[in-house]
Amino acid sequence: MALLKYNNAGISGIAAAVPGHIIDNYEYTDHFPKEEVNKVVDKIGVYQRRFADENTCSSDLCLAAAQHLIEEMGIDKSEIDVLLFVSQTPDYRMPATSVILQHKLGLKKETIAFDITLGCSAFVFALQVAYSLIANPRLNKVLILNGETRSKVYSPKDRTTAFLFGDAGVAVIIEKDDSFGDSYFSLNSDGSKSEVIKIDGGGYRQPSSVDGLIEKVVDDYGNIRNDDHGYIDGVNVFNFAAKEVPKDLMKLLSFADKDKDSIDYYIFHQANKIINDFIAKKLKLDHRKVPSILDIYGNTSSVSVPLTIVSRLINKLNEKCTLCLCAFGNGLSWGCAIINLHNCHLSEVIEI
Amino acid sequence: MELDTFINQFKSIFEVTPDDEFSGNTDFKALDEWDSLMALETIIMIDEVYEVELDGDDISNSTTIEDLFKIVKNRINGQ
Repeated sequence: MALLKYNNAGISGIAAAVPGHIIDNYEYTDHFPKEEVNKVVDKIGVYQRRFADENTCSSDLCLAAAQHLIEEMGIDKSEIDVLLFVSQTPDYRMPATSVILQHKLGLKKETIAFDITLGCSAFVFALQVAYSLIANPRLNKVLILNGETRSKVYSPKDRTTAFLFGDAGVAVIIEKDDSFGDSYFSLNSDGSKSEVIKIDGGGYRQPSSVDGLIEKVVDDYGNIRNDDHGYIDGVNVFNFAAKEVPKDLMKLLSFADKDKDSIDYYIFHQANKIINDFIAKKLKLDHRKVPSILDIYGNTSSVSVPLTIVSRLINKLNEKCTLCLCAFGNGLSWGCAIINLHNCHLSEVIEI
Repeated sequence: MELDTFINQFKSIFEVTPDDEFSGNTDFKALDEWDSLMALETIIMIDEVYEVELDGDDISNSTTIEDLFKIVKNRINGQ
């Protein structure tokens, strides 16, 4: 049972960068009739999202966010001990994007840099890695760079995913400080459902091929994609999230010996409005405590948790504040965290 | 729990399909309005109204509204 407790580590600042190119989802009608688009958009609650251009990678969004955060917070770059790049849309298959970013950011060569490759659950897992590293007396500052360009992953001709995803990158600094108090994590994995959200092609099990890149009609609804596009079995993802997420959240609250009401904000992975509304309702949460960015950024995969914090809690945080984070995605992989923020610096989201 | 009540509940999640298209024998996946999001709404409605959790297989294995009704009824009766 992966229930973990840490103390004296916490998030001291978050900045985010999104592409300047806004997609108005009601007008995203190249492949589907307007009437159908309107219906889907209203149901999933995604009105706008951001698309990176062909020259912009997840790492570029993260780099801009990191430079902004370092400048605004006046961080001494030589004090950053660890750089974690968290993404499933890296620059290359090799080398690790984290190492490229170490150089681009001008961090010292002694930096511990590596990538964490998980889906929508990744931020909670990366945060746990950061807290665990910080527990070492010789490590004091960890920089998490979490970015995704999911607009490049899914087929625009597959209505199950075409209207959902947007791009974004965040920079999050984690520091050691007595004032943060105790934090709690619950992390889970179920590889028996690896087929539920997947990209078949482009890895070493099924390398990209000429045949694989041919678009095919894949179901009775006429959705079209190729083998290098991602796909989602929506009903099974819903079943998984509806069942496991509330259960895990309640388990973590009980481990932390906390009351549901003692949490100031619940930050869920922004999957879609149907899943998120169902989970919040199931848990009987006060909707004022459950901020959402689905309407303006859509589903930004693992970036959605930190992006929700930085865009919706800016100027709203009390000096001290307790958050419950909850994320779930491909793997299947899911986790929750209860963390305290203390004078956390949140930057205005920048556009690049 | 009666089939008529279930059909009315099921009907309520549709927006444009005319009422007279819904009966026990309706092949619900053949309705124009049906899509994968409607599958989610069906699961949510059944969870909220009947406190029964359906999964993707339950939907795939059902053809008519009465098929769904029978699954829900059997679960309520603990079968």
